[in-house]
Amino acid sequence: MKFLCIECDTQMGFEERALPGDGTLAATFRCPKCSRSVAMLTNPMETQLVSSLGVEIGGRTVPAQPMELVQSKVDGGASEAAAPGGRPTWDAGANERLTRVPSFVRGMVKRIYADYAAERGIVVITTDVMDTARRELGLEGM
Amino acid sequence: MTPHVRTYHEVTGDDRSGLLAQVVAQRQRVTERLVNVRHAVAVMSGKGGVGKSFVTAALARELARRGRRVGVLDADLHGPTAARMLGVGRQPMEVRESGAVPATGTNGIRVMSTDLILAEDAPLKWKEPAQDGFIWRGTLEAGMLREFLGDVSWGELDFLLVDLPPGTERLAMLMELVPSLAGVVVVTIPSDASRRAVRRSLEMVRESGRPILGIVENMAGYACPDCGAVRPLFAGDAGKDIAEAAKAPVLAGIPFDAAAQQAADGGHLMASGAAAQAIAAAVDALLERLGEGGAAARPGGGA
Repeated sequence: MKFLCIECDTQMGFEERALPGDGTLAATFRCPKCSRSVAMLTNPMETQLVSSLGVEIGGRTVPAQPMELVQSKVDGGASEAAAPGGRPTWDAGANERLTRVPSFVRGMVKRIYADYAAERGIVVITTDVMDTARRELGLEGM
Repeated sequence: MTPHVRTYHEVTGDDRSGLLAQVVAQRQRVTERLVNVRHAVAVMSGKGGVGKSFVTAALARELARRGRRVGVLDADLHGPTAARMLGVGRQPMEVRESGAVPATGTNGIRVMSTDLILAEDAPLKWKEPAQDGFIWRGTLEAGMLREFLGDVSWGELDFLLVDLPPGTERLAMLMELVPSLAGVVVVTIPSDASRRAVRRSLEMVRESGRPILGIVENMAGYACPDCGAVRPLFAGDAGKDIAEAAKAPVLAGIPFDAAAQQAADGGHLMASGAAAQAIAAAVDALLERLGEGGAAARPGGGA
């Protein structure tokens, strides 16, 4: 998928991706020449189709984790069956939020959330888990 | 006047959506994970109910008994049975940073199956909305198969047997994901109905150019529990017919043996009897086909 600024005849670059939480996705692309930007808005079906491939529009900022698709997509399965000794995985929403953390501290932030989840036997980190952790650990702003 | 808009290929810059690069990376991950697997072999049939999982489990156990390092991937995502047949009880899947840890079954066989993920009696369902599910469900199943291959710490294996569900769709996925697939073992029963269904699926294998390693005719007669004699069970000669069409050998005809079947359901290997002898013969022939026949070729140095 490529986005072309017709006025400048220049390929646009990926800028930002957002998941509003209603099953849709918004990805913005900007022309490096004239700075004009466009948003690609996908409906829930299109969003799901991309998500089912285990890929993210604009590329990954957080590397794929083992069994990510299985753990985040199987209904009533992995989250109840995973062993306490295993490392938690991140669902799409949590991963998305993680990408907004500045890259130079992202590793540390990720580890804090992962440790929090592992200590409590949480196997899939969701945005709700992140919110709770922020409150309990005093991580407001992370 | 409408300006000329360049086409996708005329715009020579990288794909900024990053989708293609990620799919390529996923495939690469599978390739890297399986680099220490000597032979990845699919066990398939175009027909359901012919005993693919029984044959897979039996081949795996016989190979392991001979000292081979064996893994079994149960690609029948909706109807997993291989794990139980390999003596893997209910146990949760453990996922580490390095990958998911396969369950360990009889003779040290490493097993990955949806049985390790789903709750008892729970069907495979996805969290996404049911609406328009036909569009993405197949993609998710392909993704699950990809993760079973590429995200499991299989380690070094002499054989990775992939137990496929009936039909050809999952085989197509597997062949795309595993270019190094050593070949396919085709399972049938003697009946004409099985012959017709299996021959259809052979076409796909042939078109792919992957070798058909051999045919296993399961339920080839009935082993009498009293006298041990093998008597007819199904009319037909599907194994021989399919072998001729596939230009591949019949690896073995496995008679139905109620005791062997019960043992397999309980995760055990019958070491004697007509079925056990046929399975041993099938493994001999399979090893021969893969150039591993004879004691000298046995990397594990087993019996």
